[in-house]
Amino acid sequence: MNWLNRLLRRGKMERQLDKELQFHLDQHASDLIARGRTPDAARREAWLALGGDEQVKERCRDARGTRWLEDFAQDARYALRGLRQHSGFTAVTLATLALGIGATAVMFTLIYSLLLKPLAYRDPARLVSLHGYSASWNVNLFGQQNLAYLDFLDCRRDSRMLEIAGSVFDSGTISRPGDPEYVNEFEITPNFFSVLGVPPALGRTFTADEDRAGGTHSAILGYSLWRRRFAGDPGIIGQSVVIDEKTYTVVGVAAWNLRVHDNEADVYTPLAQNTQGYMRNRRAHPVTTVARLAPGATLDQASAELAAIGSRLAAQYPDSNKERSLIAVPLGPEVGDARSMLWLLLGAVSLVLLIACVNIASLLLARAVSRQRDWAMRIALGAGRGRLVRQCLTESAVLGLGGGTLGVILAAVGIRPFVLLWPGILPRAEEVSLDWRVVLFTLAVSLGCGLLFGLAPALRVPIRDVERTLRSGTRGAGGGSRRLHMALVATEMALAVVLLVSAGILGRTLLRLSSIDPGINVQNLLTARVALADSTLADPEKTQAAWRDLLERARRIPGVEAIAAVDTVPMRQGSNQIGYWLTSAEPPENQKPMVLANSVTPDYLKVMGIALLRGRFLTDQDRAGAESVAVIDEVMAHNAFGNEDAIGRQVWIGLGSDPLRVVGVVRHVRQWGPASDDQSDKTRAQLYYPFAQVPARLVRRWSTLMSVAVRTSGPPLGIVESLRQEVRGAGGDQVIYQVRTMEQLAAATLAQQRFLMLLFGIFAALAVAQACIGIYGVLAYLTNQRVPEIGVRMALGATPGEVLRMVLRQSMGMIAAGECAGIAAALAAARVLSQQVAGVQSFEPLTFALVIPLLIVAALPASFLPARRASRIDPMRALRQD
Amino acid sequence: MPDKSDLPQGTLDLLILKIAALGPVHGYAIAQRLQQVSRDVVQVPQGSLYPALHRLENRGLLAAEWKETETGREAKFYKLTRKGRTQLEEESASWQRLTQAVSLILRISEGGAQ
Repeated sequence: MNWLNRLLRRGKMERQLDKELQFHLDQHASDLIARGRTPDAARREAWLALGGDEQVKERCRDARGTRWLEDFAQDARYALRGLRQHSGFTAVTLATLALGIGATAVMFTLIYSLLLKPLAYRDPARLVSLHGYSASWNVNLFGQQNLAYLDFLDCRRDSRMLEIAGSVFDSGTISRPGDPEYVNEFEITPNFFSVLGVPPALGRTFTADEDRAGGTHSAILGYSLWRRRFAGDPGIIGQSVVIDEKTYTVVGVAAWNLRVHDNEADVYTPLAQNTQGYMRNRRAHPVTTVARLAPGATLDQASAELAAIGSRLAAQYPDSNKERSLIAVPLGPEVGDARSMLWLLLGAVSLVLLIACVNIASLLLARAVSRQRDWAMRIALGAGRGRLVRQCLTESAVLGLGGGTLGVILAAVGIRPFVLLWPGILPRAEEVSLDWRVVLFTLAVSLGCGLLFGLAPALRVPIRDVERTLRSGTRGAGGGSRRLHMALVATEMALAVVLLVSAGILGRTLLRLSSIDPGINVQNLLTARVALADSTLADPEKTQAAWRDLLERARRIPGVEAIAAVDTVPMRQGSNQIGYWLTSAEPPENQKPMVLANSVTPDYLKVMGIALLRGRFLTDQDRAGAESVAVIDEVMAHNAFGNEDAIGRQVWIGLGSDPLRVVGVVRHVRQWGPASDDQSDKTRAQLYYPFAQVPARLVRRWSTLMSVAVRTSGPPLGIVESLRQEVRGAGGDQVIYQVRTMEQLAAATLAQQRFLMLLFGIFAALAVAQACIGIYGVLAYLTNQRVPEIGVRMALGATPGEVLRMVLRQSMGMIAAGECAGIAAALAAARVLSQQVAGVQSFEPLTFALVIPLLIVAALPASFLPARRASRIDPMRALRQD
Repeated sequence: MPDKSDLPQGTLDLLILKIAALGPVHGYAIAQRLQQVSRDVVQVPQGSLYPALHRLENRGLLAAEWKETETGREAKFYKLTRKGRTQLEEESASWQRLTQAVSLILRISEGGAQ
């Protein structure tokens, strides 16, 4: 029989205990009667010998070992009864707690799902990715290096510690069945799925026979593409699809959660069937790898082995691999900016929760002080003090758990909408779900909160002077309690100030950033990426011609004023940073200043509305074979040439062998958006060179990155359909994708700030509302305590106005103390914000200046109500009371 | 009537286990047995008996069962569990060691050591 069983069968056990003792008494008595006692005397003697049946029973109950639970159940029942009686108080408390804990649970869920949860692969701790390493490579700027395909093959052949899978990212157009559509394509080795330990959802993986040049064209579809384009039809296996004009047989569908560097592929094809030039070039590094440590192998052993392979390759192929080594890095989730956002929001949410706790503590404390006489009475009647403290804590723990449960329900309902609200794409979003660990953790936090805010009232359980408390009546609130109350309210105010100032700072940042001129005219401007037909891309001449033809046809669409091709659109993800130098001697890679090099067609300046400062922009005469030219922006002109005239100077960027001659200087464009462009780690200098002069060997690569930018006379989205039709081309398989207006792109760069401001605004409003409830509750209680005193004052001639001022002064004291502490804390919060959020200035005096009167205005009505009630006290009744 | 001594701390449990080892027995009978066997030398506090029984049952050293007595009334009979028997053996052994040691010390002091 375990303790739970005993607890549930409490009634039965009590009856059995009665019966057992009764049997003892009866036996003893009948023995005594047999020895000649009268029945009455015998029963009395037996009872005395046992030592009183109630006392024995009590000790037997203790011996059962479930006493604490029985007490707890009793306390919980008592607490629930008390909470039901004060339903208004309970509702406010539960609502504030549920909001605080619900918001915290959402943050916990995101933090757990994004940052802490291991990757959804089999035994993810044994997975690593391999990278090239060289001292001159700037990892912070460019990220880890990938591998050359031939290096990858050597590693795969020679490594004993690792089973290595490789993939190359490519893009293509799926054209049949259905409308042509741009697809992300991952070319993979056959062991890709087995290394990750994620078998396909349907069908099979590639065979070794398929993974060779000229093998059968087989494809595995990505799960999302399969659901979207083929309606999740399992009959797709064995069907054929046309990708980049080649017919592939579908052999499988990948698992729904398969991601490579947080990208889901639309289509997988065998890697070795890619026979483009870069696959045989050890200087090109297209292969992304993932590898599983062999059983028993450690990361150190694998790293040592890779270093050995790397140095052998360096010796064997000095042209390409000199000073280049190989490293293994544990595979972890890639969440980028989301990390700092999440911690920031968790901080804000914790403040809200803390305010809720403080608020509830002060309300509970007010109740506890008015119950002091009741407690003193119970102690006088023999209740243990520990027992009373426990009862107090039980009550607040019940509140905490109740609020926690409601909060978890809120979080369960709210998590999906919240993920959708997230600015941009939330990494690992498909894995976000309310997890039992999070629920458990949240409930533990709410229980902790319950105990935290139950502590203050529990400490009010009288320790000495029980008698004095009993005699002094209910109005005996000491100065200690009043100071504690005021401290709690001041804390709430301080926390509210922090949130309010943060929200204000974010709001002002947003206003300031929105008014910054990005350097281009964002209105009536459409951008879209273009995927040319694969057969066209094979030939640089044809590719250049296809672009000219495409632009020519698109220019004739009604509503199009100008159109240009460009490789990196401002304020869109992706940039083309490259080192430049000014004399013919090329410096080492890591000593070159950086520039954003953008290959464009001549109308780009007109399309974007960029101001020309000096010289000329690119023209149609700047074609292949003519002198290589470039136009630079004012930042690069200043960086490279200072006050000297930049026109006519030479710049090397290392694409072709010739230097570029600077022919013009234009206004700087905020490539990174208004917020991030000023950050010190961002490359700001810009250089434009004609797409027509891109060296032939690079045209294919460049072309896959290019977009069109269209200046329209009306709403830009109105021309999208005509553009799609014109672009489609002779083969009918050229597509546009990632269609965005420049206004959307500009708004997206501020999405993080806008999202944070929205949430901080909501949190601040919650905080202020709770602080006001706190002020009202505490002041109402304190004033109530002072009714006799106020009665005396009024009887002695104080006017209602003086009483009103006296109470308001008390509340102003709390507010002022809270604001002073709050401002100090807010200064620290502002520093954190300025470090974590682009564009935030750490000191915003105006925001601080605005927050202070705002809080006073909010807090005044909350203090005014109790103050007015105090001023209307009837002195005679007040004096008679108690 | 000889002087009655209080039971040393912790020995009540040992005595109860020993009596229960002889066969299923109810609380009153244990009280009687203790009194008889100790020839009224040891004062057995009846009030401590039942909490001790419940504690031992709770620890799994005793098992309880409701059975009819010879007079036809229902009573709660306690008997030793396997765990209880092990406990009894261990405790009796350690009791023996303790009393031997104590009497040894007493004899030495009677012999006027040092």
